[in-house]
Amino acid sequence: MQQDVDAQHDAELAGLDQLDVPIRISEPLGRRIWRSIWPKLTAVGLFLGTWQIVFLSGWKPPYVLPSPAAVLSELWTDLVAGEIASAASVTLRRAVVGFTLALIIGVLIGLAVSRNQLVRTAIGAAITGLETMPSIAWFPLAILLFKISEQAILFVIVLGAAPAIANGLIVGVDHIPRLWLRAGRSMGASGFAMVRHVILPASLPSFLGGLKQGWAFAWRSLLAGELLVVISASGSLGVRLDQARQLADAEQILSTMLVIFMIGVLVDALLFGRLERAVRRRWGLLDTR
Amino acid sequence: MKRSGLKTSEPVDDLRLDDATAVRVRGVSKIYGPDATGVLALDGMTLEVRRGEFVCLVGASGCGKTTLLNVIAGLDAAQAGSVEVDGRVALLFQDAALFPWLRVEDNVALAMRLRGVGARERTERARALLESVHLKGFEHAMPHELSGGMRQRVALARALAQDADILLMDEPFGALDAITRDLLHDELERVWQQTGVTIIFVTHNVREAVRLGDRVAVLSSRPGKILERFEVPLDRPRRLEAPEVSELAGAVTTRLRQEVRRHAAGR
Repeated sequence: MQQDVDAQHDAELAGLDQLDVPIRISEPLGRRIWRSIWPKLTAVGLFLGTWQIVFLSGWKPPYVLPSPAAVLSELWTDLVAGEIASAASVTLRRAVVGFTLALIIGVLIGLAVSRNQLVRTAIGAAITGLETMPSIAWFPLAILLFKISEQAILFVIVLGAAPAIANGLIVGVDHIPRLWLRAGRSMGASGFAMVRHVILPASLPSFLGGLKQGWAFAWRSLLAGELLVVISASGSLGVRLDQARQLADAEQILSTMLVIFMIGVLVDALLFGRLERAVRRRWGLLDTR
Repeated sequence: MKRSGLKTSEPVDDLRLDDATAVRVRGVSKIYGPDATGVLALDGMTLEVRRGEFVCLVGASGCGKTTLLNVIAGLDAAQAGSVEVDGRVALLFQDAALFPWLRVEDNVALAMRLRGVGARERTERARALLESVHLKGFEHAMPHELSGGMRQRVALARALAQDADILLMDEPFGALDAITRDLLHDELERVWQQTGVTIIFVTHNVREAVRLGDRVAVLSSRPGKILERFEVPLDRPRRLEAPEVSELAGAVTTRLRQEVRRHAAGR
């Protein structure tokens, strides 16, 4: 008799659970890729079309504003010759080093500010202030301090990116629901364990936002730096752009700019965009499609 | 303020088992804000709970239920009185408060990880606990993929994973639909009978309190203290819709309404 009641209870519970599991409709991979690609292709097509029309209108002579075809063929030639790869690798290496430094410093400052009221009162506002400061304004000081050297560029990257990263973490920690902290504390988490198991993972979505923004700042500061602090021997993207300007080589200016733009977009989409989406999906903040 | 036996698990002798008190709250007062102008949340609260007992606390808003649970759990300190807790305490909230970045299994295992239980043992025990709340097959789901009732069962498994002797439950089924709530009552009663934990269960819902509790205590509001205790001498398993449950719930509700009316008069 009692067993019957138990079995009935189990069946009711299992039935309810099954009813609560969402039904997933999956879409073939090919269609999913096509759905995300065709709008981008259309946008690129419209952009190139507009450019071509402006070029044909004769608004500027071809040696100032070349046609899309000329720029793309220049880009192709330099890509095949490996010139772009070697320039991009110099610039990207600086980006990675600078961003890593900014990441370490940003996380340390972010944790200190978010966990300690005194530190927050002292430097909380200054971090936002630094974030709004144009990175180019730092270069005169950077050149004085480090001469025309890679350190000068890295210095400005860190100053540009670290505040954004710190702020992302601070906002993330500030917005952790108090219930999670209470749950963590009641499970016996405190000190480092609390930071490691509750605070850092809980602030991840906002922290990733900070990383994304930090990357944008770092990439901008880096290119500004390579144009102002020209280390000719390094053959970076900035140096390429600077040489092209001196030679009035419009095709190389535009093709290098395209490369700078594409790297920025790709890093954002393939690295930070993916990370962000992965976290949002895991947390259930995204449509499961 | 005294807390005893929180971390150390003392050997249980027969005397203690016979008639042991799991929680003893004596004359606890708690003021929020400055002493002179602050809000008195608890005023000389006294409560004794026997080991293995299921006690429900009902009260209107402002009865200091959450404060009381926090004080018992040691998350909050009282200004006056003493709290003695014999055993490990785990809290359950109205929101399951699962961590959205962890799989169901890892949510349960985290409670053990924070106490230094090894990786293999954690996983094994987490799976066994999930099975005991009828969630086998959902170990690798993310919390957001579960319904509210399923999340509460994960939270229950997580509380049990803390090797808790005492469960403090703060309106845990308040946000659930009627069918789910009914089934979770059965589930909680079964877990309680199987594990022998002591439960202090706070709710607004008088019927729920009578359905579940060995005793029901009615709390006053602003400040909170115990107005009256009701024994629930009904056999288990009970059903929410049983006439005996309704009858006793009626008596409790009458007392509670009296208290609410008192506040209208005092305005």
